[in-house]
Amino acid sequence: MGHDEYQRYDAKILTPSFIVLLALTLIGFFLIGVRFVKGIGAVSNMSDGYPWGIWITYDVATGTAIACGGYAMAILIYIRNHMRYHPMIRSAILTSMFGYGLAGFSVMVDVGRPWNAYNFFIPSKWQANSAMFEVALCVMAYTTVLLLEFMPAILTYLEKTDWHTLQALMDRLHKYTGINRPQRMDERLESVKDLAAWLHPRLDKVLIFVIVLGITLPTMHQSSLGSLLLIASTKLHPLWHTGFLPLLFLINCMFIGYSIAILESIISCYAFRRPFELHELTGLARIIPWLTVIWLTVVIGDLAWRKQLGAALSLDFYSRFFLLEFCLVAGGSLLLFSGRKRSSIRWLFVSAALIVLGGALYRFNVYLIGFNPGKGWHYFPALAELMITVGIVAFEILGYQVLVKILPVLPRLHTRGQLDAGKA
Amino acid sequence: MKNIDDLWKSGVTRRDFVKTCVTVSAMLGLPFGMVSKVAAAARNADGRPAVIWLHFQECTGCSESLLRSSHPSVASLILDMISLDYHETLMAGSGHQAEKALNDSMAANKGKYILVVEGGIPTKDNGIYCKVAGKTALESLRTAAEGAVAIIPIGTCASYGGIQSVGPNPTGAVGVRDIIKDKPIINIPGCPPNPYNFLSTVLYYLTFKKLPDLDQLGRPTFAYGRRIHEHCERRPHFDAGRFSKAFGDPTHAEGYCLYKLGCKGPATYANCSVTRFNDGVAWPVGIGHPCIGCTEPEILFKTAIADKVQIHEPTPFDSYAPVDLKDKGKGADPLTTGVIGLAAGTAIGAGIMLAKRLPDAPEKGDDHGKTE
Repeated sequence: MGHDEYQRYDAKILTPSFIVLLALTLIGFFLIGVRFVKGIGAVSNMSDGYPWGIWITYDVATGTAIACGGYAMAILIYIRNHMRYHPMIRSAILTSMFGYGLAGFSVMVDVGRPWNAYNFFIPSKWQANSAMFEVALCVMAYTTVLLLEFMPAILTYLEKTDWHTLQALMDRLHKYTGINRPQRMDERLESVKDLAAWLHPRLDKVLIFVIVLGITLPTMHQSSLGSLLLIASTKLHPLWHTGFLPLLFLINCMFIGYSIAILESIISCYAFRRPFELHELTGLARIIPWLTVIWLTVVIGDLAWRKQLGAALSLDFYSRFFLLEFCLVAGGSLLLFSGRKRSSIRWLFVSAALIVLGGALYRFNVYLIGFNPGKGWHYFPALAELMITVGIVAFEILGYQVLVKILPVLPRLHTRGQLDAGKA
Repeated sequence: MKNIDDLWKSGVTRRDFVKTCVTVSAMLGLPFGMVSKVAAAARNADGRPAVIWLHFQECTGCSESLLRSSHPSVASLILDMISLDYHETLMAGSGHQAEKALNDSMAANKGKYILVVEGGIPTKDNGIYCKVAGKTALESLRTAAEGAVAIIPIGTCASYGGIQSVGPNPTGAVGVRDIIKDKPIINIPGCPPNPYNFLSTVLYYLTFKKLPDLDQLGRPTFAYGRRIHEHCERRPHFDAGRFSKAFGDPTHAEGYCLYKLGCKGPATYANCSVTRFNDGVAWPVGIGHPCIGCTEPEILFKTAIADKVQIHEPTPFDSYAPVDLKDKGKGADPLTTGVIGLAAGTAIGAGIMLAKRLPDAPEKGDDHGKTE
């Protein structure tokens, strides 16, 4: 794994989008503060009937699927041995890291009595038969694994840095406040560098085991996210409640993962004015329709077997959401069957967007829209509740935006051998 | 019996003893920690008050109830414990011997003994309608009351006159409180009263050395503070409007509310629905007979069993069982949906615009740059 495959995106960090995202992040985190000070009812519309609101539905159930880019790419690269996609993995892992880390964080915001959360770290308190426990453990473990997978980028940065920003900051501090540079600072910085250089090759040696874990863990918990709803047999609409929920969630996260990898690549290339990675994207796009076809077949076959096809076509509230989800995924996949469309950035974008929307809607349908806890219960996210989710998503994008400008994350541009970046 | 060991010898096991004390504490509404205090009071047999039990116009049902309460050991315990010096049904002695015991005890324990009265007291024609040992009931009561620390009229007859006081009341029967005015009187009405109410009153006195709180009819509030109706097991049927229409009717067999058969539960203050009889096994309403209001002087024998009582204070239930639910949880509000709509619209619009700007035709070789 050559680290010359990646490069830092050299551009200003303080852009208008940075300011907007920062503002949204600050609003979100302020509201999280309100939630911890005044309680969960002050910011959310969750109730005894709907104990899982938008935080679990989006941040955890859907957000981790969208963060499955790293998982899907790892399968492709390391299991199917398509090393030509390797340059794309680092940005996929970065988004996955944010997605999973913040999903875990959302759970902490969501749990009613967060002060009991420490029990999770005490093995004697574990309930090993619980799907929820499995999800929690995997999300935590996978976040750690992703961090390890991302470590090479940080280590490369540490090895090569000349501490320019830090030096400038210390100089400025000295100038304005008279604080002296700590003695032997250079020496210490040098030892950090040495440590990074020492650690880096050793980490590379064991990284493949970490990657194996990084493929195993999502396979386990993405299916468990489906298992969580198995217990709600009287609450989840029969259109979605099936014994195949774990399988459907697993396939769903894979095609969402590949689609989101395509979307990320297109949007970041567009935003950072880099050349599109059309060749790799076309290759990825060839995999997606097969996954969606399997998924759609299981969905239809299962509905037919459970004699629910009539319900699916009844055009009532639930049926409409089901059909919308179905058409989005099927429509996006149909586009990708055409070789012509697969080699067009525009149609790749459109179809990947449709599939991500459809796949995400599937998870919303299962967790929220098709979920009816009983007569009289209502739920719609409160504005503050929504803004917390928006703030968390904004933080993800913000972190991605900033880190690709600091660390070598994006694929190196081979053809030019140098940056093609305009002034962003 | 002076010694705690003798108590065990007499057949009371430790388990029964503690069980009784816990039951009594619970009924008195005392905190659980008070059990030990009650037990200590019950165990401390020295200095136990003497009890003199007089029978007048009665059927001995109250005594029978106490004796046949489901803990025979409790009956013997309480009888041993309180030093029952005179009880016409229970004492071994008879005739002059018995009368001597009564006089001796009254003299020896003057101002300290508890007087229990069972039965109404006839007052007409100087009370000649009830005589024991040549003395009228009126006479006996007045004499015995003089030296008593407190009087416990047990049963409705002793409390309020009972069945013999019902019009035309040929003997002029009255309750103790109509004759004795200068002594504390704790009425334990009922026909018969629950033996635990009596037991609890005595233990209350032994534990706290004072009399329990009483209502305006002189009944201890821990036992007579609430209506039967409030804790009735058939109450949900009342609330739901399901009533037994006749004895033996399917509605009766289904266990519906007995109000329309004349149940006096809504007007009767007693704890039968909670404590029950025969060691908490059964009580009249439980086996299908309406309450006859035996603790209420204005109801028992004064209204027909089949008459319905007026419910003056229908205590309304807080809410129906959740069958048909009102809206719960918070739904969408205009601001949130507006923001979501705006954001979704912007996102879709931006997506479409972006798609339009992206290159459609595949470029040869490595593509780069974006269309502007």
